[in-house]
Amino acid sequence: MAFLTIEKLVKTFGAQTTVKGIDLAVERGEFVTLLGPSGCGKTTILRMIAGFETATSGTIRIDGKDVTNLRPNQRHIGMVFQAYALFPNMSVADNIAFGLKVARKPSAEIAARVKEMLELIKLPDLGDRYPYQLSGGQQQRVALARALAVKPQILLLDEPLSALDAKIRISLREEIRAVQRALGITTIFVTHDQEEALSMSDRICVINEGNIEQLGTPFEIYNYPKTRFVASFVGTLNILNGRVLDSTSGRLSIDDQEVITARGIGGASTGDTLALALRPEALSIGHANGGSNNLTGTIDEVHFLGSVVRIRVRFKDNIVSLDTFNRPHSAPPERGQPVTVNFTREDILVLDRPTI
Amino acid sequence: MKESRLFPWLGVIFGATYFLVPLIATFEFSLRMERGRYSFEAYRIVLADPYFQASFGYSAVIAVCTILVGIALSVPTAYVVQLKLPRLRPVVEFITLLPLVIPAIVIVFGYLRMYNSSSWLPLTSSARGTDLLLTFSYVTLALPYMYRSVDTGLRAIDVRTLTEAAQSLGSSWPRILLTVILPNVRVAVLSGAFLTFAIVIGEFTMASLLNRPAFGPYLQRIGANRAYEPAALAIIAFAITWACMGLINLFAAMGRQTQRR
Amino acid sequence: MAQSTVEIATTKPRPMSLSWLGVMPFLIFALMFLILPAGYLVIGAFQTPDGSFTLQNIANLNQPTIIRAYRMSIAISAASALLGSLLGFALALAIVLGKLPRWVRPMLMTFSGVASQFAGVPLAFAFLATLGRTGLVTALLFNIFGINIYRYGFNLLSFSGLTITYLYFQIPLMVLILTPALDGLKREWREASSILGASTWQYWRMIALPILWPSLLGAFMLLFANSFGAIATAYALTGSSLNIITILLYAQIRGDVLHDPNLGYALALGMILITGISNGIYIWLSSRTGRWIR
Repeated sequence: MAFLTIEKLVKTFGAQTTVKGIDLAVERGEFVTLLGPSGCGKTTILRMIAGFETATSGTIRIDGKDVTNLRPNQRHIGMVFQAYALFPNMSVADNIAFGLKVARKPSAEIAARVKEMLELIKLPDLGDRYPYQLSGGQQQRVALARALAVKPQILLLDEPLSALDAKIRISLREEIRAVQRALGITTIFVTHDQEEALSMSDRICVINEGNIEQLGTPFEIYNYPKTRFVASFVGTLNILNGRVLDSTSGRLSIDDQEVITARGIGGASTGDTLALALRPEALSIGHANGGSNNLTGTIDEVHFLGSVVRIRVRFKDNIVSLDTFNRPHSAPPERGQPVTVNFTREDILVLDRPTI
Repeated sequence: MKESRLFPWLGVIFGATYFLVPLIATFEFSLRMERGRYSFEAYRIVLADPYFQASFGYSAVIAVCTILVGIALSVPTAYVVQLKLPRLRPVVEFITLLPLVIPAIVIVFGYLRMYNSSSWLPLTSSARGTDLLLTFSYVTLALPYMYRSVDTGLRAIDVRTLTEAAQSLGSSWPRILLTVILPNVRVAVLSGAFLTFAIVIGEFTMASLLNRPAFGPYLQRIGANRAYEPAALAIIAFAITWACMGLINLFAAMGRQTQRR
Repeated sequence: MAQSTVEIATTKPRPMSLSWLGVMPFLIFALMFLILPAGYLVIGAFQTPDGSFTLQNIANLNQPTIIRAYRMSIAISAASALLGSLLGFALALAIVLGKLPRWVRPMLMTFSGVASQFAGVPLAFAFLATLGRTGLVTALLFNIFGINIYRYGFNLLSFSGLTITYLYFQIPLMVLILTPALDGLKREWREASSILGASTWQYWRMIALPILWPSLLGAFMLLFANSFGAIATAYALTGSSLNIITILLYAQIRGDVLHDPNLGYALALGMILITGISNGIYIWLSSRTGRWIR
């Protein structure tokens, strides 16, 4: 049995249902990210795990024990908040010691644990500082130490990086992941930042409008999105409409040009229109042989972004963006120029497949 | 985390009771002037009293002067402190809080000794001079509220950018203050003004010790000599306070709306 | 201060002198109509009528009437400030954290704004009509419950009566000061403490109250000074029969009831010292407990 299991979890606020029957099983030591746009219900799920919101229905079990109706202070969970949740009236050391003091641990043990935690977050000399004397990144590290000091069963991270600036965000996310691995603590991470989710997680749970859209490893989520929502939310994606010419061989028509997909098209039949997705990095310019797909169109727009040049190509009704590396010795293509775009048969993703 | 709402409700009911019962009692009392039936007789007598009209008019004029002097002192000071002399802030804030620490009666006692007829600046020897002194004493009384209100208002707008924009268009300093800064903090200034009015209109200690025919001493005199009129006057005074506070809320709401646009 | 002015004036003459010109009216006004008058009394307290130094005025404060007046003033101010703080705090808690319907808060805040400014002579009239011998509440208590509060020793013209009257503006004032402070308590602090295992009581004892402490203390001191310097309500309620320090000083200014003009200066000095010391205690306490404040 999984360490944290969530079954048929529902939360309604008045007439609005924000979480619509979520099932999720998280293994011991796993790092699972709840990814979705703001207002999708991911934070509500986290707050129900923490006990700040009571579930309308459904159950939450930690290590086999039903905690659905326990108060937050009985759940033995650690949590790091978005920002500024350190107690401003306490020094860093007192913040970290808070959970242990409340649990009436002997003071020698508390002192040792605080020291250990300060070393874990690499701020061994800042125990006497007050929160306002720390940078945002340091504050979040202390918040992490405070959450971990009580040796919780589960660590919850509620967008802990979103208030920080870009550079610190990247270094801190690596640090959080390293600490999580070292302690082997089961972790639920909530974010709306797909890059954070992809780089940190063992598994990602993409949530939209209170439902799980897709659950899988970062690799699966990025490369094999199952729905249009996942495809568009994770990474930049070109979405095109294609008509099925032959459902058995996977021949499709995009703006009257023929392409072949190696991916299954589910229960779609000849004549259906399907949503297809192409990642910008899968496309390249020029004609390719050997079974690749080729589409001809005209260049609509060229954005020079430095190391990358983003080119927009229009076929007829469909438009795709693709990235090429900047080459200092050859000028980028110009608008209005005719162009051929190629991609492999495997690169065509079929979204929202009708089930068989 | 469900908590009982019983205690919050009890608190609110207690607060509302404490607030309303004296008002209801006063109002009821003010209607009892004629034996055996409720009437507005007490109000009629009070409003027709020439002393009421004179003292109220006098206090209203002094209040308006107080507001003008208060604005003239607070706005440039808060503006300069914010823009040019931030290290003066603790000093200025300390001064503006002093009237909360030094009792009004002590301040006016000092005036009576410092500015009496035999002093270097004999303000109390003429009626106009004493009016001026009364106005100044009210300015000190209202200073904490007026200054704080203006200062908060100035913090909410980008004083520096506004000033630089006006300077780049060639405005002089007085013009910047009058035509750029003041309109932008008018909500704050108006709140301070109405609060000042509410404080000053019925003030007793200073007016009484400076011997001016103001509304506060009039109220006290009526209270000592009549039975029902004081209750009517209390209701009138309360209505004035309420009107001032209501206008502050109104202007604050309007200010928020203009900011949103 | 003067030295630094000169320094800067030499390096950056024009804008600096203009700025100082902007604050000069304020500083001169404060000096002439706030600081010097108070200072005049302080100095006068140490002078004989002909201007030589003496401590006799201070020593003369040691009279039963004066001591009793100070004591009564301090007692009423402390009682009304303490009760006002506790009740105002409770009410502010109910407003901010009570999860009450939306309309309650603006209504109570407006009430508080009005009531906190409703002081002076009219307040005395209102309480006379309420709890005076013929007041509505007095009559209702007698007619309905058969309780004559005046027989149980209550008197509006006394310590308890004046305290209850002062509470009419003290409680709302506390509500006005504390509501923003309570709004400043972040939900995350409560949640963080609770998820770390703390009970509600532990949250209040270890986090919320220490954070609120400087605001609470400052508000208490303001309430204390507010009622300590008040005179109009007491004077209108009781005439000059109640022996509190402001009424004594008022009578002294009007008619030299103590038959010693310079004793008045000493009375005023005593008042400044009491409010000054109480504020000093506040500054000292809050600097000790509020090291974490920027």
